[in-house]
Amino acid sequence: MKRLMNPGLWITLLIVVALGLWPTITRNAATRELVFTILLAIGFASSLNILLGYTGYVSFGHVVFYGLGGYIGMYLFKQYNSPLWIAVPAGGLAAGLLAFILGKSILHLRGGYFALVTIGVNEAMRAFINTLKPFGGPTGIELDFSVYKPYGGAANALWLVYYTAFGLALLFIIISFMIKTSKFGLGLLSIREDEDAAEVMGVIAPNLKTWAFVLSAILPGMLGVLFFFKNGNVEPGDAFRLGFSIENLVMIMLGGQGTVLGPVLGAIVYQRLRGLLLVSPLFKNIQLSVSGVLLLVIVLFIPVGAVGWLRNRFPRLRRVLP
Amino acid sequence: MVTKSLSTPTEGIAMILNVQGVTKRFGGLQALTNVTFDLPEGQILGLIGPNGAGKTTLFNVINGVYAPEAGQVIFRGRNMTGKKPYQLAKQGLARTHQVVRPLNELTVRENVIVGACFGRENHRLKQASKIAEEVLNFVGLGGKIDQLAGSLNITEKKRLEMARALAARPYLLLLDEVLAGLNPTEIEYMLNIIRQVRDGGITIIMIEHVMRAVMGVSDRIIVLDYGKQIAEGTPQEVSQDPRVIEAYLGDPKLAKKLMEE
Repeated sequence: MKRLMNPGLWITLLIVVALGLWPTITRNAATRELVFTILLAIGFASSLNILLGYTGYVSFGHVVFYGLGGYIGMYLFKQYNSPLWIAVPAGGLAAGLLAFILGKSILHLRGGYFALVTIGVNEAMRAFINTLKPFGGPTGIELDFSVYKPYGGAANALWLVYYTAFGLALLFIIISFMIKTSKFGLGLLSIREDEDAAEVMGVIAPNLKTWAFVLSAILPGMLGVLFFFKNGNVEPGDAFRLGFSIENLVMIMLGGQGTVLGPVLGAIVYQRLRGLLLVSPLFKNIQLSVSGVLLLVIVLFIPVGAVGWLRNRFPRLRRVLP
Repeated sequence: MVTKSLSTPTEGIAMILNVQGVTKRFGGLQALTNVTFDLPEGQILGLIGPNGAGKTTLFNVINGVYAPEAGQVIFRGRNMTGKKPYQLAKQGLARTHQVVRPLNELTVRENVIVGACFGRENHRLKQASKIAEEVLNFVGLGGKIDQLAGSLNITEKKRLEMARALAARPYLLLLDEVLAGLNPTEIEYMLNIIRQVRDGGITIIMIEHVMRAVMGVSDRIIVLDYGKQIAEGTPQEVSQDPRVIEAYLGDPKLAKKLMEE
């Protein structure tokens, strides 16, 4: 556990703890909603970073795990009256299973081909769920207000969901850090740098890539359950919204792909920016095009992102900022 | 299909590698035709031939990058034909690349740790880090250990390739033009490393264009031309073989001159 004594990890965790406790102190529902969105983004971006930043594979359709998790959770709530503590892991498990199957079938594709197929997978899943009767087809699943009763009413349930997302975000930041500093993580980094050379050195790339994909899918699956439980209903269009994936890619690129702190910073900055744009009369309708332009600027001028830039500018920071 | 090669060593000596009738085509190009040889443990085998003769292709078939259309690769008594590069690496085969392939965004140390971690001995990170230090000092990169691999110059990158391969503690090491582009002092330094590696018990196959060096260090030489083995033997035998001189250098006088250099 000595490697957990890393200042960069603790800085990252402190930022998230401070952020997460903010609504607890203000006891303000509006603040809680705002921070909840940021925590979702932090969790999602940190997970996707395992695939994008460590392994070097771009998944545009990563939202498929979020959507699938959400649907599985909602189905369990509706049909079996499942408690949250069963539905959330079930959503994560479903997402992980899907990632495992996909990993075995499409991860041998490289670069742009893989990225394209992930979009296809997401669209196919959306179309499939759209026709799936048990999941409500195009109208999706709606929960009765009574599901919140066991948690002491809707207001309490929302706080519970909030703290669960908070805890999961913290947990997965630690997991992300442990992956990066492990032998498994070194294997992933070597695949990112040169997959063929890595295989020649004995890295079993097909297996490592599949596990990276599975690990990057579990938390989005769980977050999907939390989000749609809080939301009260899920529809195919909301659950498998491609823009959601792409926004998360922007966050990772903005903060610094392949670093632990990067996706966290990127998520906070991007969500704040998005919040500001949404209330501005000029930008509220073209908020997504702003993120497109932002992505373009990052890729052209600072492809390593903010934290990556700091690491390159001040090499000593490499040890401090994992 | 199996043709006995000219100087096949006598039975009883342990063979680390048997290449039997290996044939590889790329579309209409016959890259390798019925290549057959045995390699006894502890030797240095030189693999020479003009550009495009199929030397690197042969390496790629031996270490599993390509599967051959015909023939077999038997490594330490196991048939490894068509197996993946990582499977061969786990069995104790390591190689360097003709065009260096450093993991640029990782440090020199991390590059070598990858070799030690995922190769034959399957070390944990901590032990691997120690091995990396040892090997990097051995190849003379001890001072660059915490630099990014991408920041090394070409000579250092060649040494890094060597260090990564050695960190896996392989039984057989394939060296693809590790001397190319080095100056005479650096060549001497690298040759010294190669000899020490061989003396440490690691069998080596080396592709090389620097004639004086490969002739000096190899126990045996195989000459490829248009994917065919045109000669095999001791450096002396090979260098006097008229077919080699013709195929490889065209002009026998020039060949003589080169050998004397």
